[in-house]
Parts: sequence; structure tokens; C-alpha cells
Amino acid sequence: MKSSARTWQTVMLGLAAVGVIALALGGYLTPVSRLVSAPFISAQYWLSSRLLTIQNIVSSSQDLARLRQQNIDLEKEVSDLQSEIIDLKQQIAETRVLSALVEFARVHPENRYLAAAIIGRDPSPFVKYVIINRGSDAGLRSGMPVVTSQGLAGRVAAVTAGAARVELITDPSSSVNVSLEPSGAQAVLLGSLSGELTLDLIPQNASVKVGDLVLTSGLGGNFPGNILIGQITSVRRRETDLFQQASVQPVVDFTRLEIVLLITNFRPVDIQPLIPMPGAP
Amino acid sequence: MATLLAFPILSILLVLQSAVFSQIPLLQGTTDLVLLALVAWSLQRRVQTAWQWGIMGGLLVGFVSAVPFVVYVVGYLLTVGLALLLRRRIWQVPLLAMFIATFFGTLVIHLATLVALRVSGTVLPLSASINLIILPSILLNLLLALPFFTLFSDLAKFLYPEELEM
Repeated sequence: MKSSARTWQTVMLGLAAVGVIALALGGYLTPVSRLVSAPFISAQYWLSSRLLTIQNIVSSSQDLARLRQQNIDLEKEVSDLQSEIIDLKQQIAETRVLSALVEFARVHPENRYLAAAIIGRDPSPFVKYVIINRGSDAGLRSGMPVVTSQGLAGRVAAVTAGAARVELITDPSSSVNVSLEPSGAQAVLLGSLSGELTLDLIPQNASVKVGDLVLTSGLGGNFPGNILIGQITSVRRRETDLFQQASVQPVVDFTRLEIVLLITNFRPVDIQPLIPMPGAP
Repeated sequence: MATLLAFPILSILLVLQSAVFSQIPLLQGTTDLVLLALVAWSLQRRVQTAWQWGIMGGLLVGFVSAVPFVVYVVGYLLTVGLALLLRRRIWQVPLLAMFIATFFGTLVIHLATLVALRVSGTVLPLSASINLIILPSILLNLLLALPFFTLFSDLAKFLYPEELEM
């Protein structure tokens, strides 16, 4: 009796379960399940959001450290790139100077050139000398003319094995024999304490005008001829003077000298023995 | 040790002067770092090697410069002598001695240069020399006198530590 009642119970439960499943599959239990599950979903959402907050708090210190490291790395990269940009700009500037020097050498093929970099200036402010990074090891000799892509800069005054001292034409003791174009007049270009260039010994009858070109004449044997030096900016002519004088704007910017060319196949001529000494027979 | 140090220190200063400071002129005047170093070193109380530093500085600058090297050797030795004299006379106020020695040292070097250039055939106008070179150089040197004195004071303390009485 008891076993038949249990069997009926089981059958009824089975039928109820099948009925519930059938209702659920048919979608008839959706409002009920929504009603039942809503509190559970809310509770679970609340719990998971709190858990996420706790996780964020725990992991934020690690993220901060990672971000800081990333920031340092990026700053370093920016710094590297900036220094690379500076290097490239420097290279571009050097390339421009070198290409100008190559162009100068191409225009004057009669000379042989050697490039040198300016590495220093004379410690004394009274003289206008620069120090270059080439010396006798590179074949330099005293007296060699020094030019830039614009024109004449000076000449080698002293040489050591790895460096040389160049006397600029702006030095107070410098004098260069020049000719003026288009008049063809001869004159002497003198340096000064302030670095300005003046022309002296211009014959009174020479027609000299502002804008005339000043070139080396080659007289005296210290420089080759026809190297551009500058342009006349003003002329001083007084009837009582023996000679005219003029100011010259050099084509070379002596404050920004970086790379120069040395004319290695020019040999200066020492005319000192040919100058008659007073009292000599 | 202190004498040996003169060569690297003065060489570095000379390179700096030639490559950097000579490109930053005031009118035409420039800073003389070697002179400042010699003056600052000579004024340190326990320093015994001032004359050696003076000779070495003169030879180094004389080798690099187109000015006859005797100018720098004699000029720097005179400056060192002046600094040593001031050290004895006004030892209580070394900073004042630094400024006085820098002023007169610069003057001595530049006047010696003018004389040497005149002897070698380059006559420079005196007024232009004073206005364009000597006065601006003195000003630049005086500006750097204080930092140099501090630097060389530290160097002297390092090389000649105070003896403690027990």
C-alpha cells in the first residue's frame, strides 16, 4: 500500500516537473522567473561591483608604477629623438657648408684644397687668429692661404703636427695686397682691432666707388690672385692726402667660421731678400 | 700633487677659453680663465705652488696664442706675485684681494700684450684698445672672479686639509 502511494507521488512529481519544463519552454514562466530572479541579479550586481572596486584599489598602485615607467620611457624616447633632430640639423648645416666648399673648389680647379675645421680661437683678444684641426701631418705648411666658400679668410701662421694657427685677414697686423674691380686699382687691405677691414694706399687718381669688389692681387707672393675678399662700403678721399682710403665689408662672416679650405699647392714667395735694406751696397 | 694638478686644470681651462669663452666677447674683450685660476689659486692661504702654476699657465697659453709667449709667462708671474702680496697684506678679506688682483692682473697682461705687439711692429691705438678690449675684459674677468675663488677655495681645502690639533 505504502509502495503504491510512493510510486504515485513519484509519477506526480515527474509529471509536475515535465509540466513546469514544458511551460518554461513555452515561455509561460518568463514573468515568474523574472520576478524571482530580479533580487538575485541585483544582489549579484552589487556584490560584483564592490569586488571590482576592491580589485581596482588593489591593482591601481601597480598600474601607477607601470604608467610612471611608461612615462619615463616615453620621455627618454622624446629626448633621444630631439637629440637626433639636433644631430641631423647639425649634419645638414655641415653638408651645406661642405657643398659650398666643394662648389668653390669646382669653380677654382687650378688649386688643390684641404678642408679643416675651426677648433678654437686665440686666447688673446688683441689678435684675430683661429686654430684648425689640421697640421703638418696633413701636409700643411706655414703661409698657405685659407679660404671659405665665400672668399679669402687668412693664411696659416704656425703649424704643429695635428693643428695649425691661422691668421685671419681681420688681424690688426694683417696686410693683403688687393686689386679693385672694375677700376683695377691696387691697394693694401688692413685688419684692425675691431675686426673691420680698411683699404689703404689707393692712388688718388683711381676711380673707386661704393660697391666695388676687392680681390687679392697676388702681388707680394703671399696669396694667389683673384680671390674675392669683399665689397667697398665707403670711400674717404681728401685732396690733401696722398692716398684714398676705403672701408670694406668682407664676404666671409668671421664670427661664424666653422670649416675652411686650405690651398695646399700654393707656395708663398718670400720677397724679403729682394727688398733693399738701407745702407746695403 | 698640487703642482701636477696644474697641468690638467689649466689645460682644461685653456681649451674652454679657446673653444667657448673666446666666442662670447663683450665688445672685443674676452674672459681670461687661466688668469682667474692663477689668481684664485695664489690667494688660497695654504697654497705653496702658486709660482709653479704661474709658469705652467704662461707656457700653456703662450704656446697656443700668437702673442709672444714671454708676455704670458711674465704677465702671469707678475699677477701671481701681486696676488701673493695681497694675500699677505689683506689676508682677512680674500675676496677683495681676488677682485683687486683680477683687475690689475688683467691690466698687466693686456698692457704687456700691447707693448709686445708694438715691439713686433703692430701698433694698436691705445684708446680703442682700452675701450674695446681692456675694459670689457676686466669686467668679464671680475664677473667670473667670485665663482673661480669659490672653486679654487674648495680645491685648496681638498688638497691641503686643515690640521686638527689634538
